[in-house]
Amino acid sequence: MSDTHAQTVSYVRETMLPEAEPPVGNRGALLWVRENLFSGWLNILLTLVSLYVIWWALAHTMPWVFRGIWNAGSLSECREIRDATLPEGTSAACWAVLSDRWQQLMFGFYPRELYWRPVLALVIFLAAIAPVLFSHMPRKALWLTAASPFVMFWLLWGGSVWFPVSVALGFALGWAAWRALAPLAGTLIASIVAVALPVVYWLYSAGTLARELDQAMPLSIEYVPSQDFGGFMLSFIIGIAGIILSLPLGILLALGRQSDLFIINKISVGFIEIIRGVPLIVWLFTASLLLNYFLPPGTNFDLMLRVIIMVTLFAAAYIAEVVRGGLAALPKGQYEAADALGLDYWKSMRLIILPQALKISIPGIVNTFIGLFKDTTLVVFIGLLDPIGLSNAIRASTEWNGIYWELFVFIGLLFFICCFSMSRYSLYLEKKLQRGHN
Amino acid sequence: MTDTTAARTIDRSHMQVSDEVAIEISNMNKWYGSFHVLRDIDLTVYQGERIVICGPSGSGKSTLIRCINRLEEHQSGRIVVDGTELSSDLKNIDKIRSEVGMCFQHFNLFPHLTILENCTLAPIWVRKTPKREAEEIAMHFLEKVKIPDQAHKYPGQLSGGQQQRVAIARSLCMKPRIMLFDEPTSALDPEMIKEVLDTMIELAEEGMTMLCVTHEMGFARQVANRVIFMDQGQIVEQNEPEAFFNSPQSDRTKLFLSQILGH
Repeated sequence: MSDTHAQTVSYVRETMLPEAEPPVGNRGALLWVRENLFSGWLNILLTLVSLYVIWWALAHTMPWVFRGIWNAGSLSECREIRDATLPEGTSAACWAVLSDRWQQLMFGFYPRELYWRPVLALVIFLAAIAPVLFSHMPRKALWLTAASPFVMFWLLWGGSVWFPVSVALGFALGWAAWRALAPLAGTLIASIVAVALPVVYWLYSAGTLARELDQAMPLSIEYVPSQDFGGFMLSFIIGIAGIILSLPLGILLALGRQSDLFIINKISVGFIEIIRGVPLIVWLFTASLLLNYFLPPGTNFDLMLRVIIMVTLFAAAYIAEVVRGGLAALPKGQYEAADALGLDYWKSMRLIILPQALKISIPGIVNTFIGLFKDTTLVVFIGLLDPIGLSNAIRASTEWNGIYWELFVFIGLLFFICCFSMSRYSLYLEKKLQRGHN
Repeated sequence: MTDTTAARTIDRSHMQVSDEVAIEISNMNKWYGSFHVLRDIDLTVYQGERIVICGPSGSGKSTLIRCINRLEEHQSGRIVVDGTELSSDLKNIDKIRSEVGMCFQHFNLFPHLTILENCTLAPIWVRKTPKREAEEIAMHFLEKVKIPDQAHKYPGQLSGGQQQRVAIARSLCMKPRIMLFDEPTSALDPEMIKEVLDTMIELAEEGMTMLCVTHEMGFARQVANRVIFMDQGQIVEQNEPEAFFNSPQSDRTKLFLSQILGH
């Protein structure tokens, strides 16, 4: 072995190298363009073709959109204005249908002078949902959130204020029963009483109480029947009620499906499979037609309420499966660690398992919500006047007979805004809940 | 196996075994389906004992200690922990689980909670300790395992050795009378094994009753007062460490020791 070789083999580093900046060429916008759009001859070709296709599509639609006519009383008037002002053969949108009928698309046949009520309800909804969606809002605001459904109900349907108040009282009753019994009689008995007591109260005394109170102190606003509801207001009410109610129900079903208790497990599995295995439209027909056969004659069970219940059950079955996926994705060690610390089932679910499982399930849950929201347009088939139903009604009038694109573009745009916001929120939430690399 | 604890001298002043029984297992059997994992286990553990359980993989050693806090259910025989018998009674199970701490091979920290929240969760929700007090207790034990400065990080940001020490601190926050260790160093890099073993030695020095499933024979020699060798679901041999390592009796034990100490 020669000396030089020995020197190259044995080596001791004397100074550690400092951290260095990446080379200059590795940052900047120009680099991004080169790397992502023009990194090779094939990519250059694809970029150019794509740009051409985008330009072509926009060139054919944008003039139609921006040349659109906003002031006209009917489709034929629109066409006259177009032919008078634009060169022959050019097409232009007739947005006048929106300026003429937007109230109907938004509110259906809700009394015109009461439009402030749904608008105020929407404002209250946005204020109430904010502390739920964004955790940096003050926690105390959640109390207002809890009260808001009753206020919104009253604003939308009107009637005596004592009806929503006496319904709300049922929830307060259940909560009080739980607080009083849980330390004394254990969680199981307390939760049974907390559910049973309000149900009995609602069935037997809530109505009477509301009537008595109304006689003692009449306080009511004009009543608007469900038949007058329509347009986006209807889609919103069904969609949002469905979303808010289906999440807790779906979580319970997912836990039920994972449960070792035979009966609960089979009920959950049966419920999920039956609801999921039948098209929503069939359930909606069931709600609108069949349900009346099963209810005692003379009961007038609001159609909108029936639809909300069906949509909720339908979405809950999907949510349950999405959440089950999240539960299954958690390592078994999480369940064991929670058990080993002495947490009981509900505490370990609430504190350890569900926060992680729901985080994994966020994309799937939001996906289901978006699907549910868009599916509210199916209620047109059972005679409720959602935006699609109203577009048919508008087209049936002599003024707007033959108009399609403008109405559907508008309806599509509104749905897109709602669904896209949900999707963005889910991305925000996923990012916020990121915890290191685990 | 490297003798990672050799450098440390052990303070034995508190390591006294009392004659109070901590765990009593008699005629205990367990099956996975038709597979007989634990066969006729008899074991009495006294308060203050440090027991190391070793054996080849599949010998049932993890299953044995997991039966003690009912992560696994036994089918026949009795397990009495601190005077409470383990049965399907949920109250007893929760009571025993809050008295018995456990550390797992893969730490099983809760990744969505900070280190401090991991440690305060069970005291707050199971013991009903006020939050402030629970945090003080947690910081005390985090200092003990020498990572108080990581309290507000998430488990994913810590090294394996640090995570396992947090897991030990998390168990200690419940002030358990017995600690179970299920291969606590098996998932760790060699550099990190020592820091975890040091923490465990400290715990032993304070007189904690410990049952450890581990292959760290250096730890067994120094800390344990009894070594149990298991094979095919049975306790094959148990003895004081000195005798166990120097003059094993059964052939199976000799073979196992020659394989594990042979390099």
